[in-house]
Amino acid sequence: MSEAYFRVESGALGPEENFLSLDDILMSHEKLPVRTETPMPRLSTFFPEWGAGAGPDHALPQGSKLEFPLWLAKGLFDNKRRILSVELPKIYQEGWRTVFSADANVVNLHKMGPHFYGFGSQLLHFDSPENADISQSLLQTFIGRFRRIMDSSQNTYNEDISALVARLDEMERGLFQTGQKGLNNFQCWEKGQASQITPSNLVQNYKKRKFTDMED
Amino acid sequence: MFCEKAMELVRELHRAPEGQLPAFNEDGIRQVLEEMKALYEQNQSDVNDAKSGGRGDLIPTIKFRHCSLLRNRRCTVAYLYDRLLRIRALRWEYGSVLPSALRFHMSAEEMEWFNQYKKSLATYMRSLGGAEGLDITQDMKPPKSLYIEHFLPRWKCEQLIRQGVLEHVLS
Repeated sequence: MSEAYFRVESGALGPEENFLSLDDILMSHEKLPVRTETPMPRLSTFFPEWGAGAGPDHALPQGSKLEFPLWLAKGLFDNKRRILSVELPKIYQEGWRTVFSADANVVNLHKMGPHFYGFGSQLLHFDSPENADISQSLLQTFIGRFRRIMDSSQNTYNEDISALVARLDEMERGLFQTGQKGLNNFQCWEKGQASQITPSNLVQNYKKRKFTDMED
Repeated sequence: MFCEKAMELVRELHRAPEGQLPAFNEDGIRQVLEEMKALYEQNQSDVNDAKSGGRGDLIPTIKFRHCSLLRNRRCTVAYLYDRLLRIRALRWEYGSVLPSALRFHMSAEEMEWFNQYKKSLATYMRSLGGAEGLDITQDMKPPKSLYIEHFLPRWKCEQLIRQGVLEHVLS
């Protein structure tokens, strides 16, 4: 990692996303099922499945079932559900919650997300009656998986990690990476290399690249 | 759906590994701003219809476009800000003279920002440690001694090693 580059971290696990976090922007791009509770004039052209025959003012009809990105759902939602109501994606519903409670380790959270925890935490904004169960499920799932992530990140040195991280969601991958960094720093210190000045990672990576775009 | 171009900008930056700076996507920014202009104008027109034409039913549509405007703004600001974080890192890792390949990746405004940052840092460093000032971009790792081998004193070498010009050989 570039030592001097400190990106804005995700806030999704807390009450609110971080406005400037690239991770949170990517997370809030993921979609969830919604239902319109009022007609929305002049918008149906953006939803090709409703197309031209959608009504006199190109309206998106009331009662349309669609998938909206999280950012849009959050923006249009209010507690009276005047514009839209939101449905929980399947992986946060009771069926999957039972699967997670049986054995959290077997699930491929990257396929289910890839921002399983972040997205799930932000879902709580929609005041579902299942919110208490969802939060419990997120927490217990993480507790179930954490031990293995920590162990593998601390005991895999200079090896191929792709199999280990394949089923981890983005937050877990970040944790794994942090663990690996700690391990590598420790190994470096043990070998007496900690006081050795090295070319900065950033510089080394620039040298490896070929600046073919310069020729444009 | 709106804000696709803005997402492309964010993804492009997110993909760049190890804090590297991709070329400034001037065309992408221009397209996002154009989309924002179109959304804004449509909303202005619909707000008029809602107020004077009694079209209160347009309000959800106006909100929809407004959310898209906010989203485009967020993506653009985050894109520009993250690039500045990467450019700032260049001062600490490359030093105050950047290779021309990197300079081509920066917009004119970003170059200006880099120059101002360099100046602020230099002013600050001069204010420390008495008459000569203190170069805080040295000694990034606590040194064991003041010399490296016995060829060159450490303070002369550190910058050059970090820039990849010299190699630090431990006995």
